[in-house]
Amino acid sequence: MIEIVNLVKRYKTVKALNGVSFRVENGEMFAYLGPNGSGKTTTIRILTGLTKPTAGDAYLNGCHFERDSLKAKRQCGLVPQVINLDMELTVRENLDLHGRLFQMTSEERRARTDALLEYVELDDQCDRLVNHLSGGMKRRVMVARALLHAPEILFLDEPTVGLDPTIRRRIWSLLKKIQQAGTTIFLTTHYIEEAEFLADRVAFLDFGNIVQLDTPDNLKARIGEWALDKMVDGHMHTQYFPSREGAQAFIDQQQGSFSLRRVNLEDAFLTLTGKKVTADGSVAQVSTDHEPTAALLATGPDGP
Amino acid sequence: MRGWFPIYLREMLILRRKLLRQIASMSVSPILYLIAFGLGMGSDITIHGRSYLEFLIPGLVAMTSMVQAFAIATEINVARFYWGIFEEFQASPLSDPAYVTGEALAGITRAILSVLVVILIAFLSGVRLSYNLFFWLAVILNSFLFASLAIGLAMVVKSHADQSLLTNFVITPMAFLGGTFFPLDKMPIWVQSILKLLPLTPASEAIRASAYGQTPPGFPYLILTVLGCTLFGLAIKLVKKARD
Ligand SMILES: Nc1ncnc2c1ncn2[C@@H]1O[C@H](COP(=O)(O)OP(=O)(O)OP(=O)(O)O)[C@@H](O)[C@H]1O
Ligand SMILES: [Mg+2]
Repeated sequence: MIEIVNLVKRYKTVKALNGVSFRVENGEMFAYLGPNGSGKTTTIRILTGLTKPTAGDAYLNGCHFERDSLKAKRQCGLVPQVINLDMELTVRENLDLHGRLFQMTSEERRARTDALLEYVELDDQCDRLVNHLSGGMKRRVMVARALLHAPEILFLDEPTVGLDPTIRRRIWSLLKKIQQAGTTIFLTTHYIEEAEFLADRVAFLDFGNIVQLDTPDNLKARIGEWALDKMVDGHMHTQYFPSREGAQAFIDQQQGSFSLRRVNLEDAFLTLTGKKVTADGSVAQVSTDHEPTAALLATGPDGP
Repeated sequence: MRGWFPIYLREMLILRRKLLRQIASMSVSPILYLIAFGLGMGSDITIHGRSYLEFLIPGLVAMTSMVQAFAIATEINVARFYWGIFEEFQASPLSDPAYVTGEALAGITRAILSVLVVILIAFLSGVRLSYNLFFWLAVILNSFLFASLAIGLAMVVKSHADQSLLTNFVITPMAFLGGTFFPLDKMPIWVQSILKLLPLTPASEAIRASAYGQTPPGFPYLILTVLGCTLFGLAIKLVKKARD
């Protein structure tokens, strides 16, 4: 279980976290979503003892994260956002040192290393220097390393960045599997379908505040059931409707071409962090403006 | 203290991977100093009734062990600023004293290795000295002190460039003035009393006396021990503070 109470983190000029509180239950998969710079990594760094908070408390399976830090850390595994492997050592040496840091016996280390490397399809790479692996392979080593000591709480900060679709799905099933074995999982991602597929509950973070926290189904239900996309003057406009009939009635009154689809978590994310939800939450409009500015498009006087 | 071993082991794995390069680089400066000062100054000069080479070798031992123990700071910095490995340690159930112990032992090991290189060079140039227990004790205390200093400073610097600045300001002056290349008793008294404050001075003194086969005075050992333990404690404090 993860419990954080009023966590505040201020850097010199930036307020990265603004009094965040929530609880993640045992065996829950919790996704933490938010735009760049919203404070996701900061939260994870505080919980794993890499950064000191300005104020607030956190408990990991009941252990206070600072007063009882060694005991808290023993239960946690971490996949940081930035790759931090020993480039001059082999894959196996990296994992072995990690196992030693977590006081695993040599049999445990060997058995777990073999099993995990096989799972992430790196068993044939285990004696290569990490420096010689591809970016995605390094990510997979990071995941294997974090799981090596069978942590009860697992923190993953954008663990599947740069992975190919096959291996990403493999990591997803691995996460589901270890969740079923009772591990509590705290995950950040910018791939919203990842959160939608994996998470029991999702928190939306914005400027260091939690703006929404609920199950993916409830979050989607807040903006409606059906989404209608339409291009207007090069802008994508999306409108949300509680029912298919309502959407159809709307289309009938309009001209042009629309595409109707079910609301997904990305819609909820854009709407709810864009704070464009209307009072009753039923029909909101968010303009997901993808048009580049004129300055970016300008090609100079000789351009087309 | 439990848990220092993985830290030590990691440094040793890295050292082993570039062992030949390391040994080559460890031998460069002793050989240069030997040629420049030892042979260049000729065999006529004697200091305290011994040839200059016999005077120089213990000084080189003190200097090399200091430089190599201090070089652990570079390893820590690379691990910290380039690869972020330091965060892997911070996120694991590893106490700060255990971390500092592992790194300090790695520094001492490097220093001992480099001293072996100097001894080999001395042997090849025909210098016979006594490498007894007191000699090694002084080498170990000296490298313990400078490894601890290195770990502490590595936690304070903000970038890898700062680190080489520190080496320039701390280590290079000490290497020349810490009783390594010339006897301090030829200096004016006031200079002597300043240079006696440098931690390398008692190390040179103890290493030289034991290498000459004399029973070394106890005082340098006391200074090295007290200073080393203080810096070790300070390093632990600074590791704790190294979280943003
Ligand atoms: N070491 C630091 N010093 C100063 N400011 C920092 C530091 N680390 C983070 N910040 C600031 O804190 C805020 C939150 O950063 P954080 O890394 O937690 O964002 P994030 O949600 O993980 O973003 P991303 O999706 O880009 O990874 C940002 O405004 C960032 O500039
Ligand atoms: Mg981040």
